[in-house]
Amino acid sequence: MIEVKNLYKEFNGVPVLKGISTTFEKGKTNLIIGQSGSGKTVFLKCLLGLHIPEKGKICFDGRIHTELGIKQRRQLRQEMGMVFQGGALFDSLTIEENIMFPLKMFANKPNSEMLDRVNVVLNRVNLENVNKKFPAQLSGGMQKRVAIARAIVMNPKYLFCDEPNSGLDPRTATVIDNLIQEITKEYQMITIINSHDMNSVMEIGEKIIFLKDGKNAWEGSNEEIFKTENEAVVDFVYSSNLFKQVREAYLNKTK
Amino acid sequence: MYYLKHIGKYFIMLRQVFRKPQKWSVFREMLFREIDDLGLKSLGIIMFISFFVGGVVAIQTALNVDSPFIPKYLIGFATKRGIILEFAPTFMSIILAGKVGSYITSSMGTMRVTEQIDALEVMGINSLNYLVLPKILAALFFYPLLILLSMFLGIVGGYFAGLLTDLFFSEDFIYGIQLDFDPYFIKYALTKTVVFAFIITTIPAYHGFYVKGGSLEVGRASTRAVVWTSIVIILLNYFLTQMLLG
Repeated sequence: MIEVKNLYKEFNGVPVLKGISTTFEKGKTNLIIGQSGSGKTVFLKCLLGLHIPEKGKICFDGRIHTELGIKQRRQLRQEMGMVFQGGALFDSLTIEENIMFPLKMFANKPNSEMLDRVNVVLNRVNLENVNKKFPAQLSGGMQKRVAIARAIVMNPKYLFCDEPNSGLDPRTATVIDNLIQEITKEYQMITIINSHDMNSVMEIGEKIIFLKDGKNAWEGSNEEIFKTENEAVVDFVYSSNLFKQVREAYLNKTK
Repeated sequence: MYYLKHIGKYFIMLRQVFRKPQKWSVFREMLFREIDDLGLKSLGIIMFISFFVGGVVAIQTALNVDSPFIPKYLIGFATKRGIILEFAPTFMSIILAGKVGSYITSSMGTMRVTEQIDALEVMGINSLNYLVLPKILAALFFYPLLILLSMFLGIVGGYFAGLLTDLFFSEDFIYGIQLDFDPYFIKYALTKTVVFAFIITTIPAYHGFYVKGGSLEVGRASTRAVVWTSIVIILLNYFLTQMLLG
């Protein structure tokens, strides 16, 4: 379990996160939503340890991130997988080398075993015959799948995704969503996704955290988000006519 | 204050760079890749410039030595001294600062803005050690060889300039390059080269690693890196010359 207690982060005296407290459970897909500038990315980077918070604690299965030494922190990071918004694949390496990279750095296994593992995760994300290609030769959706494969190759306990659907067509976005959810269940990971995509919220959001002005203004599941009366959440999630109609239809049906 | 902040940050960066590599096999792979990228791929330009500038130095010396009281072998002597002491180590390092420096800043800057460096950090990798240390070692190992080659080709260029222009006799030139040869000058040139190799890799790496923004900022950082690398090389050249030859 990841426990966040009273997380506070500021930049040049300007507070961005103002005391966020929440928990993330094993085997669940957690979504963080909120308007641009609400602190989603900073929150995710604090969880990853890329930003050090001024106040508060982040506890990964009993290990308080800010109190760990450099070695222990690196060890903890090896238990994390991250899917960046743009994929962040290494341009100069082939797809196979990209996915094998964490294994080469941290797993003392023979090359053939590492190659087998690469092929297993590539199959898992439904990619074939791309081993020797470079990231620039793949489409955006395929790059995201490679990024997911690289993130899960070390069997991480924690998976973080920053806008995994951005720039993808709706069909590919759904494929990526389903893939992340399936993997979360299969590997029993704690998955935390930063998203703007309301389809993802409705489809895979087992726990949704709505951030507003650096605070968690609302928490609940994708079922509860239909019923909520929280004005800020309703304003944000149901800003399009389509979603308004979907919500009304859902509420009428459940009356 | 602004410059002090950057100088401090540069030395803090170096402290992270000089750590034990996390995996020697990966480090070795990176080192060979950097020797290829930073060294072997600079071979062509260094050979081309050295040969022709050596020729120009010899021609200009010949054209300026028109007094019958000055022996012609001084053309070879002056060409050799100029090339070994200054042209090969300093001028070539400035060329490398432009070519290799901009490459290092732009490649690392692109890695920064496309979150590839963040990806390394999230994996638990010391990104500075992983990315910069192989570059430094590749340059420290390979640039002295490049500069030795540059010295040789510069002198050969001077010799061929004499053959093609008839401004001086090749026998005089060869006598001149053999005259009063002091091996310490080679040591001096290579000492400078090693210092410059360190500067050529670390200053651009600093500018690339800490870049913020998008592609425009990467371009600006590359320009800044080349300018500052050149300035530092020129300043250190002055102090090293004073210290080693003064």
